[in-house]
Amino acid sequence: MRLIGQIADWLDARLQVGQTLRETAEHPVPRDTASWFYVFGSAAFVVFILQIFTGILLALIYVPSAGEAWNSLQVLNHGIQLGWFVRALHGWGSEFMVAIVLLHMVQVFLFGAYKFPRELTWIIGVFLLLMTLGMAFTGQVLRFDQDAYWGLGLGASIASRVPGVGPAIVNVMLGGPIIAGATLSRFFAMHVFVIPGMLIAFVAIHLLMVVKLGINDWPMPGRVVRKATYVQEYHELTKKDGLPFVPGAVWKDLCFSAAILLAVAACAMYFGPFGPSGRPDPTIIQTAPHPDFFFLWLYAVLSLLPPSMETPVLLIGPVIVIIALLALPFVFGEGEKSWRRRPIAVLSILLIAVALGDFTHLGTFTPWSPVMDAWSSDSIPPQFLHNRSALERQGALVFQEKQCHNCHALDNIGGKRGPALDSVAARRTQDQLIRQVIQGGGNMPAYGKNLSPAETTALVSFLETLRPEGQPAAKDSSRSVGLDPQSGKPVSVQP
Amino acid sequence: MTNPDDLSRRKLLMKMGVLFNGIVAAVLAVPIFRYILSPVAQERKQGFQSWLSLGELNQFPAGQTRFATYRNPLVNPWDGKTGDIACWVRNVDGKTFQVFAINCAHLGCPVRWFPQSNLFMCPCHGGAYYQDGSRASGPPERGLFEYHYKIEEGELFIKAGEMPTPGQKTQSSLVTLETRRCV
Repeated sequence: MRLIGQIADWLDARLQVGQTLRETAEHPVPRDTASWFYVFGSAAFVVFILQIFTGILLALIYVPSAGEAWNSLQVLNHGIQLGWFVRALHGWGSEFMVAIVLLHMVQVFLFGAYKFPRELTWIIGVFLLLMTLGMAFTGQVLRFDQDAYWGLGLGASIASRVPGVGPAIVNVMLGGPIIAGATLSRFFAMHVFVIPGMLIAFVAIHLLMVVKLGINDWPMPGRVVRKATYVQEYHELTKKDGLPFVPGAVWKDLCFSAAILLAVAACAMYFGPFGPSGRPDPTIIQTAPHPDFFFLWLYAVLSLLPPSMETPVLLIGPVIVIIALLALPFVFGEGEKSWRRRPIAVLSILLIAVALGDFTHLGTFTPWSPVMDAWSSDSIPPQFLHNRSALERQGALVFQEKQCHNCHALDNIGGKRGPALDSVAARRTQDQLIRQVIQGGGNMPAYGKNLSPAETTALVSFLETLRPEGQPAAKDSSRSVGLDPQSGKPVSVQP
Repeated sequence: MTNPDDLSRRKLLMKMGVLFNGIVAAVLAVPIFRYILSPVAQERKQGFQSWLSLGELNQFPAGQTRFATYRNPLVNPWDGKTGDIACWVRNVDGKTFQVFAINCAHLGCPVRWFPQSNLFMCPCHGGAYYQDGSRASGPPERGLFEYHYKIEEGELFIKAGEMPTPGQKTQSSLVTLETRRCV
């Protein structure tokens, strides 16, 4: 023990950092900030360290080449002892990191921590969020499988819409005319050198500012931030009712970080690594690419936006969001910190959470995509075929053979791109059905050229049987104009 | 003791040092930026496109749409399978052809051909196209991308080499929507 002390003294006599470190560790923080709400930042930091370590471990095996990356992932998964576990740790670490960074941001926002004098800390934090998302996206590309390949195509298609320079941006982003080796190398350089380097620098500045400016005091309703008095009030608070960060507050950070690491390890152990899915061979088109969890909401938004809105929203939307986040501490730099006095802030968070959650949920089952094999693998439930005429059953065959089932569900089986047809006959008359099938419209292709008259007749007669028991068929009341309601015969009109 | 003259000379020397570094940085920036932007410069110079064979004409029966692949003209040995690109060949009437890019005009996912309903469908966001490549439904703003083709000695050639994206200019080598025949 004495020897260690001597070595430490020898080192510190030369490094001269002991005093600074001790002062930093023991700097007083307001007593009520030693809270379980103040642990997300340190947890994000710890997961970031985990990502650096597991990333380096993966780089021992991974080959950043379009021809070999997928094979090297297979070797990691199956050929190297516990390679799968390191991949799983890195993959789950990334999911946890995005989640914790978002939680940290929500907490900081609701506690008003972005207000004076911590505006720059918030701005650096916004960049840290963007870099974290950048790491998540580039990491998904490095898992060079079908999802990564077509995800790059998606990124290129978005980038190409920038007016004027779009195609040039695509070429620079892909490193050439197509998604290939140069693309992967580029994303490898971003994921392994550029963004992590920036992350380390920005995290250092972020932490330095937290130490220099002091951790945000617990927001008390009525304790209003004013630029003129805040710094003095904060120092009085820490002097009057403060405690040293180490060990007063740090034990909660330590416990939470350890719990998070344990959760990452448990998920890695239980669920295993992410993919890779199919080989990145663009001639294999039997694939339904989808992004990783934290980009599912974007996937949903891209499907649900009207075509004309898409390019403006894609190009202008992110700019507006980033500008709003950067402007926030300047516009609302003073005033109430407590969420109890900031109903709009709370509502905004709820609204964003509900919207993102809902889009993400939709992204998990993609109701907007045709089910590509419903026509050949999903059956028509028997209740729609019982006691049907030969013509109606012929129509059911047309329904399957012409892939109607890919977009339209029956009894919840089949695609959800178009409306379910279980009760279509209660909503549409025969004429309307024929018109819809032949002319399409309302986001349905026209089938006029692809169906013979006999097929159309059969299909429509099948569709006319699709209504719940007891519900009447849709009726064209114009047809009964001039008919006697009792007999159904034309009313004789006296001249 | 430092006299004021001395100080101003040191300041000048430091400014010269900064200026010198600035000049060196600018000189270095030129080749670095050219290196980073080389994919754009390359396209300007010689273009990415060239005529590529899709094989014998008899692989593409009249009235049908068939899957075809080609090797991208610009590939490196380490590109692996990513250099193989797919497309759809429609033989309209035995004499005229349409060759569609595999990429959906929405966000580039691979579209699949369904001969039963004569539709191309996209698995990503639900875009659908008619057999002539025109938009049928879903989020795409336009029809499928179409390559120029030519027939030489019983072989079908297309002009290709770059992934088509919605933002590409109309003067690029793809068939423009305005000039597309309605068939």
